[in-house]
Amino acid sequence: MKIDNIPIDLILKNMFAATGTVLKIFFLTILFSVPLGFLVALARRSRFKIISLPTRIYQLIFRGTPLMLQLFFFMYGPFYIFGKGFERFTACIVAFVINYAAYFGEIFRGGIAAIPKGQYEAAKVLGYSRLQTFMRIILPQVVKNVIPATGNEFMTLVKDTALAQVISVSEIFDVASKAGSKYFSAIPVMIAALFYLVMNTAVEFAFKLIEKKFDYYKI
Amino acid sequence: MLVKAYNIKKKFDDVNVLENISLEVKEGEVVSIIGPSGSGKSTLLRCLTQLERVDSGKIEIDGKVMVDTKDGKTVYADTNTLHEIQLKVGLVFQNFNLFPHYSVLKNIIDPQIVVLKRSKDEATKIAMELLYKMNLADKSHAYPCELSGGQQQRIAIARALALNPKILFFDEPTSALDPELTGEILKVIKNLAKEKMTMVIVTHEMAFAKEVSDRVIFMDKGFIVEQGTPQEIFGNSVNQRTKEFLSQMNSYNQFY
Ligand SMILES: Nc1ncnc2c1ncn2[C@@H]1O[C@H](COP(=O)(O)OP(=O)(O)O)[C@@H](O)[C@H]1O
Ligand SMILES: [Mg+2]
Repeated sequence: MKIDNIPIDLILKNMFAATGTVLKIFFLTILFSVPLGFLVALARRSRFKIISLPTRIYQLIFRGTPLMLQLFFFMYGPFYIFGKGFERFTACIVAFVINYAAYFGEIFRGGIAAIPKGQYEAAKVLGYSRLQTFMRIILPQVVKNVIPATGNEFMTLVKDTALAQVISVSEIFDVASKAGSKYFSAIPVMIAALFYLVMNTAVEFAFKLIEKKFDYYKI
Repeated sequence: MLVKAYNIKKKFDDVNVLENISLEVKEGEVVSIIGPSGSGKSTLLRCLTQLERVDSGKIEIDGKVMVDTKDGKTVYADTNTLHEIQLKVGLVFQNFNLFPHYSVLKNIIDPQIVVLKRSKDEATKIAMELLYKMNLADKSHAYPCELSGGQQQRIAIARALALNPKILFFDEPTSALDPELTGEILKVIKNLAKEKMTMVIVTHEMAFAKEVSDRVIFMDKGFIVEQGTPQEIFGNSVNQRTKEFLSQMNSYNQFY
């Protein structure tokens, strides 16, 4: 099939293949960065400066510099320093995970801080241990608190996967822009836009559903 | 004596909030604490319920020493003893502090199951009896956000009672409520007093304090200025500060 003299079916085939890569980046990043972000949030709340301060500096660096630069850093940095480094896709995942954990850390920290002191006090007077208080009383409310911001971050992540091409991990946008310049056409890039939109519509729907599930109470 | 507290001192950033407070509460006694805001009433309750640590002094609850000061050193009991003492006391907050993600029933049974290791059936039975008593049995599956302040406070009282505390502390239990809702809470507390529940109540409801208390304590600026029977305090206090406070409360109550 050809539109505008472009082999649409071929481009689509390549894009679907690249979608696999995008989904892999997306799910692997979430799999590791969400739990890591949780630990970052706890570390930031530590009363020991020796834990909270380095964590804050880590977050500042990774939230304060472009993800693109971080991708380069994890791809080529280790080669300069140690003489050997990560494989391409691994470097990509490492950069995404470390970057997103910094953001999730900030979101979760805010979610924990938003729980009123009275919740801890009520639980303490009732005799709950600190761990019981956190797991049973605080955490479920934190989850509800952070759903909207987390959904936002997931949608950003879908779009950020387009940056993987800077270390030659072939993803949707990479396929589209290459095809675009090869055939002097904007159509491949527009198809790519549609791909991102479809994925993010799914993310948006999923988060609306989750939000609804937590709608049975208000804080 | 259920509560024995001697020479409690507590500072917040170099400001003395409690200065040598001594207080005893007998089993079955109802004690009201009155006094201007900022006088340290909440801090006293928070020290007695382990939400704050005292700087010095001795506190004993139901024969168990929570904290003692000897030779200038203030030492708290070990974690297990502190937990045992914690289970003997209940605290009802001004703003209820119900767990919003739990239904009314779950608010009352969860502490029983988690802390006292009661079975779910037993905990539910106890919770439902308390809900009947509080006139809220039909709300057992509601969530706190769906209830009025007065209803939430009654749930909070039921939640505390479910753990069978020896003594129940109240920190201005009606201050966050609309005036028309305070009555239902005061009625619950009066009924508890009839059942000989030991209670220490911080309140600005003078008529209520007069009616329900065996003893009234007037606090000001971190000191217990005066204590006595309701008649002694409300009827014919000779203390200048007590009289001033009471006349202020009087004009306030008339205004509202
Ligand atoms: N956590 C705290 N940190 C610093 N100051 C506090 C704290 N809690 C209470 N205070 C101060 O202690 C004094 C007594 O407060 P409080 O016990 O709440 O009085 P009351 O309950 O009688 O109104 C007030 O001056 C208050 O500002
Ligand atoms: Mg107070």
